[in-house]
Amino acid sequence: MIFSKDSWREIFDTIKKNKLRTFLSGFTVAMGIFIFIILFGFGNGLQNSFAKYFTDDKVNTIRIYPSSTSLPYKGYTANRTIEFTNQDLVEIKEHFKAQVKDIVVRNTRYFQIKYKEKSNNYQVRAVSPGHKEAEMTIIMHGRYLNEGDITNRKKYAVIGRLIAQDLFKGKNPIGQYIFGSNHSWRVVGVFQDEGGDREERTLYVPYTAMQEIEKNNDKIEQIIVVYNPEMDYAASVQLEKKLEDFIKKKKFISPEDNRGVYISNTGEQLENSKNFDWLLQIVVSFIGIGTLIAGIIGISNIMVFVVKERTKEIGIRKAIGATPKSIISMILHESIFITTISGYTGLIFAMIVLKLIGNNLEEKYFISNPYIDTGDAIWATVILIFFGALAGYLPARKAAKIKPIIALRDK
Amino acid sequence: MGENSLHVLKGIDLKINEGELVAIMGSSGSGKSTLLNIIGMLDNYDSGSYDLDGIPIKDLNETKAAKYRNKFLGFVFQSFNLINYKTAIENVALPLYYQGIGSKERQEIAHEYLKKVGLAKWAEHLPSELSGGQKQRVAIARALASQPKVLLADEPTGALDSQTSEEVMSLIKKINDEGKTILVVTHEHEIANMCNRIITLKDGVIITDINTQE
Repeated sequence: MIFSKDSWREIFDTIKKNKLRTFLSGFTVAMGIFIFIILFGFGNGLQNSFAKYFTDDKVNTIRIYPSSTSLPYKGYTANRTIEFTNQDLVEIKEHFKAQVKDIVVRNTRYFQIKYKEKSNNYQVRAVSPGHKEAEMTIIMHGRYLNEGDITNRKKYAVIGRLIAQDLFKGKNPIGQYIFGSNHSWRVVGVFQDEGGDREERTLYVPYTAMQEIEKNNDKIEQIIVVYNPEMDYAASVQLEKKLEDFIKKKKFISPEDNRGVYISNTGEQLENSKNFDWLLQIVVSFIGIGTLIAGIIGISNIMVFVVKERTKEIGIRKAIGATPKSIISMILHESIFITTISGYTGLIFAMIVLKLIGNNLEEKYFISNPYIDTGDAIWATVILIFFGALAGYLPARKAAKIKPIIALRDK
Repeated sequence: MGENSLHVLKGIDLKINEGELVAIMGSSGSGKSTLLNIIGMLDNYDSGSYDLDGIPIKDLNETKAAKYRNKFLGFVFQSFNLINYKTAIENVALPLYYQGIGSKERQEIAHEYLKKVGLAKWAEHLPSELSGGQKQRVAIARALASQPKVLLADEPTGALDSQTSEEVMSLIKKINDEGKTILVVTHEHEIANMCNRIITLKDGVIITDINTQE
C-alpha cells in the first residue's frame, strides 16, 4: 500500500485539487527554510567580516609607539616627548635578537600621489622589509622592498592593488614613476591585503628614503616586533613587559609612568577576538535554532488545520471502507511530499539569494560573503520535514480514530 | 440474505431477508439512526448479536470494521457526503480504490454505475456543479459500486424537494427490484409507503412492523 503507484496517484490527485491548502503548507515550509538559511548565512557573514577586520594580521606582533611622559624622572620634567631613532632600533634589535624574528619600522604619512593627470590622497607607510610579514602583505606583481633599498635609500614604492586600479587603469604600473611629496617614486611592486580596501589603498616606501626627504632625520614613529609564532600568549606578555622595561630604562621614563611609550600586543587582540568570535557563534546558533523552531511551529499549525479541515472527508473515506492505517498513510505521504518539495525549493532559493548578496552588504551592514554549509542546510531541511511529518501524524492519528458517524454528523 | 437478528437499545428482534426494501420510521430519539449505525458498523452494541450474511459482527476493530463496511455495505446519507474536490466519477470509484481494484477497472465500473443512475454525462463534474438530486444519485452510485450486500440510506430524501425525492426513491426501488437489500431510515410517510416493509420505532422498541404488500 505504502509504495503503490495507485496510492501515489491518489495523493497527487488530492494535492493537485487542493491548491490553496498545498500552497499554504508548502509556503510555510519554504518560508521557514528560506528565513533560516538567510539568517544563518547572515550570521556567518557577520563572522566572516569579523574575521576579516579583526584578525587581519594573524602574525603575532608587539607594536610600540612613543608618546610623551606624564611623570618627571631622573631630572627630566614631565610632558617630555619621546622619540625613537635609528640608533634605538639597532639597540633593541641587538638586545632582543634571541627572542624575536624581526623588528620592523613603520612611519605613516598621508600625501597626494600623482601619475600623469590622475592623482589622489593615499596613506604612505615608510617601512623596513620585514613589514611585509608583519602585515601579511601579498605581492601580486613585481617585488617588495628589500634591504638594499633601505641601505641605498631608494625612492621605490610598492603600491596597493586599488592604487594601481585608481591611477593606472589596467596598465602595468611596474617601472612607472609616480609623484608625491615633491619626489618621484619608481613603482617596483603591487600588493594585495586581506585587511580590506583601506589597506589596499596604501603605498610602502623605504623608511630611509622617507627620512632623507624629510630633512635627513633619523626618527622612527612605530616599532613593530614580530615574535616567533610558537610563542604562546603568556610568553608574549612577558616579552611585552621586557620590551617596555628596556625602552623605559633606555629613554629615562619612570617605571610608574603609564605614558611615554605605548605597547600593544596583537596576541592579546587575537585572544579577545577569539572570545568575541565564540560569542558570535552562539548568537548565530541561537538565531538558527530559533527560526527552525518557529518554522516547526508554523508547519504544525498548518497540519493541524489541514487535518481539521479534512475531518469530514476522512469520515466519508472511512464509511466507504478506508482503514485507519490508510488514512494516516495518506496524510503522512501528502505532508512529507509537500514539505520535501517546498523545503528544498526554499533551500535552493535561499542559497541563490545568499550567493547573489555576496559581498554587497559588507560596507553598510558588516556582512561579508554570507553562506551556509550545504550539509547544515540539508540537515535543517530534513529536521523541518521530520517535524512536519510528526506534526501531521499526530492529528492524522486522531482523525483516523474518529468514528465516521461523528465525522459525518451534520452541523 | 441470511439471518439478521439484533438486540438494540431496549431489545429489538429483527430479521431482514435478502431483497427486502425496509423503511425504518420513528420520531427523533426513537433510536432509528442508532439502529442504522449499528447495522452499518459505524457504531458498536453492548449486548445481543448481529449477523450479516451469516457472519457475526461483534467486537470489530477499526480496520476490520472498515473492511467489512467496504465489502458488505453501501451508505447513502442525507447530506450526500461526496468529496467535494473529486468529480462524480472519482467519487463513485473511491470505494473500489479501497478494495484495491486497479485504476482502469475502477474507472470502468464507476462509469457503469453512473450510467445506471442516469448521470453518465455528468461523470467529470464536481459535486458543486450538480443539483441535490444528482448528488444523491452519485452517492447511490458510489454506494452500489462496491457491490454491497446491503444499501443503508439515512434520510436519503431529507435534503430534497418532493419531486426529486420521488425520483430518488424510484431509483432506490429500481435497485431493490434488481435484488438489492435496502434499509431506508426516514420520518416521511410518503417515503416509507414506497417500501415493502415499514418498521416503526419508539423509545428504542419496535412498535409496528407492517408488510405493505400483504
